[in-house]
Amino acid sequence: MKRVYIKEEVCMGCGLCEVYCQLQHSLSKDLVKAFNRETPKALPRAKVERNGPVSLSLRCQQCTDTPCVFACLTGALSRDTITGIVNVDEEKCVGCGTCTLACPFGAIKQDNLRGKAVKCDLCQDEEIPVCVANCPNEALILVEIEEETLHSKAAMISIK
Amino acid sequence: MMKDKLTVKYLIIGNSAGGIGAAEAIREIDKNGSIAMISEEPYPAYSRPLISEYLAKERPLEKISFRPADFYKINNIQLISGNKIETLDAKEHTAVLADESTIAWEKLLLATGGMPIVPPTPGIDKKGVFNFITLNDAKAIDKFLHDADRVVVIGGGLIGVSVTEALIKRNARVTVVEMKDRLLSLILDEEVSAMAEKKLQQAGVEILTSHTVAKISSTSLVRDTVSSVVMDDGRIILCDAVVVAIGVRPRIEMARNSGISTNRGIVIDRQMATSHPDIYACGDAAESYDFINGDYRLSPIWPNAYIGGRIAGLNMTGVRTEYQGGASMNSLNYFGLRIASAGIINPPDNSYEVLSESKDGNYRKVIIKDGIIVGMVLTGNTDNAGIYINLMRNKINVEELKQILVSDDFGLASLPEELWLPQLSLPSSAEKYSVILAKEIEEILAAE
Repeated sequence: MKRVYIKEEVCMGCGLCEVYCQLQHSLSKDLVKAFNRETPKALPRAKVERNGPVSLSLRCQQCTDTPCVFACLTGALSRDTITGIVNVDEEKCVGCGTCTLACPFGAIKQDNLRGKAVKCDLCQDEEIPVCVANCPNEALILVEIEEETLHSKAAMISIK
Repeated sequence: MMKDKLTVKYLIIGNSAGGIGAAEAIREIDKNGSIAMISEEPYPAYSRPLISEYLAKERPLEKISFRPADFYKINNIQLISGNKIETLDAKEHTAVLADESTIAWEKLLLATGGMPIVPPTPGIDKKGVFNFITLNDAKAIDKFLHDADRVVVIGGGLIGVSVTEALIKRNARVTVVEMKDRLLSLILDEEVSAMAEKKLQQAGVEILTSHTVAKISSTSLVRDTVSSVVMDDGRIILCDAVVVAIGVRPRIEMARNSGISTNRGIVIDRQMATSHPDIYACGDAAESYDFINGDYRLSPIWPNAYIGGRIAGLNMTGVRTEYQGGASMNSLNYFGLRIASAGIINPPDNSYEVLSESKDGNYRKVIIKDGIIVGMVLTGNTDNAGIYINLMRNKINVEELKQILVSDDFGLASLPEELWLPQLSLPSSAEKYSVILAKEIEEILAAE
């Protein structure tokens, strides 16, 4: 199973991950059209978070304990047993936002123009996700991980 | 005639969020133990919130099912639909159905849900008066409604707003009657209630707050069909239909009759177990653990029902696990206004600290008690709502973060790194993984 992790200390916050993610999910796959012409504009599934010197590229971690899937009102969200990827069935999704409410990282966006939830799909049509491929400073790492050693848990670490 | 007798390991009464959650959890652990699910409604499990899309004619019947058509078959679940349990014998571990057949069970889940609250208003049983809880309610309204009909919706909460949006899409003329002084008062603060009311009014909805319907009337010619309502102040509103959208109350009669402990709902513990060790309960029918208030209370929220069902199911298989707790949490998108709210929105006294900010059409409010977030409401861009929920769930102290909590660039990076960085960074060395280098892929592709 493939996963993308961050190396926060070398992230510059340049935002190229967002740019290429939006391009990848656009209709035209053309930069100018994807950003300036298409309606509705595709949303990037990655989000650069910035706070002073800290920046990171956030995306869905395909958590094994799937709080979003459990929260989904329509059954639109499900976890693929083979790839481990959490998918949005856009036919079923009504854009209610309950999954967004359930994600502790804020990794699921609501596309208000289309009325659908959008999240990282690990670029199934590409050899490697376009954010990883285009990061100029190797702040995004693609790994191959065994299912049974996967411990992506959605719960934030609890500080007592 | 010999009456049918069925023996199962797991009997689940109810086929909605809680029942499905339990069935899925059971099958994760126990692939072979027999499961029967009893559904009063004659349908495979469907998404209750989607009945408004059905009524609005935006989604056909086939598209509101909660799971794929082969869900029961694939999971080896016997679905007994269009039937109900008449008597439950907790001691004997049996249940008798309406058709007099018997089911013997080892573990039982009461996922019986809620029934619509129907006020004792005179005329409430006239033709043209509907509930809005089940798919059959939506179908009945759909069949009855004509274009441009006037409809009075009694109740300005979530159900009322949901059915109102569907009716507006059907070109009905709607008047919402709400007893309290504002819409959605249970889950919103005054500011966001006002935003919601404005959106409804812009869509042509008439809103009457601080009023009730005193009587539902008909003309002398067609005495059994609604033609108007009389308000508490004597005002008469002509209408073609009435939708009662006040809320639900827990279905606990079966539990009570079989000796299981009940309060307003079925009493359960953190393992979702009732006062009987082999009987569990979840969803709208049960009083489940609330992590905001630290008590047990009714929580008729779809995700809480599903997750509670999961926990019940796991415990039914013998996996001892605890329900982490739910809270009042809602995400809604009606009349073009997106809202996310959770916890205590309207503080009961001055011991709570309220932070709020409104910018670029996005409203953010956070309610803090003793340094911990106990409530929040966001409108507009609600993409980071889950971050607040997790701070609430884990009772993270936010004293140092108050400056940025409701700012428009609040996000993960605003929080101490130890709360999120490990989850997003390369796993610890205990995990087995191999890094795929972009350069290697390029070389492979170039060589081909």
